[in-house]
Amino acid sequence: MTYTMWIILTGCLVGLTCGVTGSILVLRKMSMIADAISHTVLLGIVGAFFVTQSLNGVPMLIGAGVVGILTALFVEMLHSSGVQSDAAIGIVFTSLFALGVVLISFIGDQVHLDVQHALMGEIAFVPWDTLSINGVSYGPIAVWMLGAVLIINLLLITLFYKEIKMSTFDAQFATLIGVPVVFIHYLLMTMVSLSTVASFDSVGAILVVAMLIVPGATAYLLTDRFLILLILSGVIGVVSALMGYWFAVSFNVSIAGSMAVATGVLFLVAFLFSPKHGVILRKWRNKIEENVQQSA
Amino acid sequence: MYALSVKDISVTYDKQLALEDVSFAVPEGSITGIIGPNGAGKSTLIKSILQLLPTLSGNVEVFHKPIKSQKKIIGYVPQRSEVDWDFPTNALDVVLMGRYNHIGLFKRANKKEVTWAKTCLEKVGMQDYATRQISQLSGGQQQRVFLARAMAQDAKVYFMDEPFAGVDASTEKAIIQLMKEWKAEGKTVLVVHHDLQTVNDYFDHVLLLNKSPIAYGETQTVFTLDNLEQAYGGKIAFLQKAPATVKEST
Repeated sequence: MTYTMWIILTGCLVGLTCGVTGSILVLRKMSMIADAISHTVLLGIVGAFFVTQSLNGVPMLIGAGVVGILTALFVEMLHSSGVQSDAAIGIVFTSLFALGVVLISFIGDQVHLDVQHALMGEIAFVPWDTLSINGVSYGPIAVWMLGAVLIINLLLITLFYKEIKMSTFDAQFATLIGVPVVFIHYLLMTMVSLSTVASFDSVGAILVVAMLIVPGATAYLLTDRFLILLILSGVIGVVSALMGYWFAVSFNVSIAGSMAVATGVLFLVAFLFSPKHGVILRKWRNKIEENVQQSA
Repeated sequence: MYALSVKDISVTYDKQLALEDVSFAVPEGSITGIIGPNGAGKSTLIKSILQLLPTLSGNVEVFHKPIKSQKKIIGYVPQRSEVDWDFPTNALDVVLMGRYNHIGLFKRANKKEVTWAKTCLEKVGMQDYATRQISQLSGGQQQRVFLARAMAQDAKVYFMDEPFAGVDASTEKAIIQLMKEWKAEGKTVLVVHHDLQTVNDYFDHVLLLNKSPIAYGETQTVFTLDNLEQAYGGKIAFLQKAPATVKEST
């Protein structure tokens, strides 16, 4: 595969993985926790480096998963002891992220891991960081990680589809009838952490939030079905990646940045023109109704 | 045989006592109204009984066994305002949630369960709205969907939290009819309620509550002016209306 193809594939995988997983967060009104986790996984990555002395895929995923769950746990603990939930998120994510930033300076020049890279990512470098076994190259590590996380997430969503849906719609009723609501919550946090860390190299901590939240928010405007919303979010993620890549190449600007902008553009289009919830069509319909009433 | 016995439940909310030493026992096959002023802890009581809220102390038994082991025979109709009706799903899917215990982890609802859910929708007159997105239902229709979901649970003890709040007259009738059917089938129903005018017609037992229980027993003996005054305190304007109905129907 060519250099270009690897970048496009990576972008599409980021869009698909984050889009599907993030849409559940949107439905649970937990978008801000995505912001939090996307930052705190930096601590997980740095932590994994301190333990294994390398930036290897699997330890990084485990580190991110652990820190992601810890983030959700700390937020929950602060919240239940009386701190407002948005303040709880703000406190936990800034402290853990800051700890990650401090620890990065200890690593120094040993590897290519700096704050700039962690925040913005650089998808253009992805194709060079390949997985090679016995001198044979098997393609970029990012693609392998994203692919693995995508499969894990899709598997978990399929397996717990009913439980995720029920605990999201009516958590109290779900608890009462024996749905493992707390388990589902932390399962989702793990999925978000994995998606974030797999997308880290490509789009970084800030832009991954766009890939997690905006496709779900867009799909929410377009459909009334849970399953379709999940699928549509993935599709919108992929389309954003493709649009973003095309735009970046045409105007020679940041690829990851363009992808995030593309999610915003798609959202705006849905926000204005969605047949069911779009602002313009709603106004138009109201006007027609008014006219009908007036003439009646 | 008591369907439900509650012993010494106390609950704190924001470091204040929301419920204090609530004890009562509900006989099987009765319809009990939980009545009290705003902030008396009616919903809190139901949620504490169902272990949806942490309690300071107390224990709850359903058919003389700890409630923890009896959840399969408990049905619940939460307040309509407690869920997000913009959630992307339809009426039939919501009712199917009531069949969760029968479907089980990892499995999809089979034809039998879907038919069951559809029958429940039919019983509340909502069969034509099965595939309707829930945000496009009226308040009364949403409440009927919740009723159908509770019905789908096929429980023995039902808890309903303000089921009459903001529903139309025909839905109110449907709820009463369903409650009476449940009673006829030997099921036990507890209802959080705040319209004093209808208490005599709807409930055979009443729990008057204001943080702690004021009185509990059969409606005729418990729903008296004295007890109401004690439960509602100084809210005279409200009370002046109530006694007339109390006298009228007792």
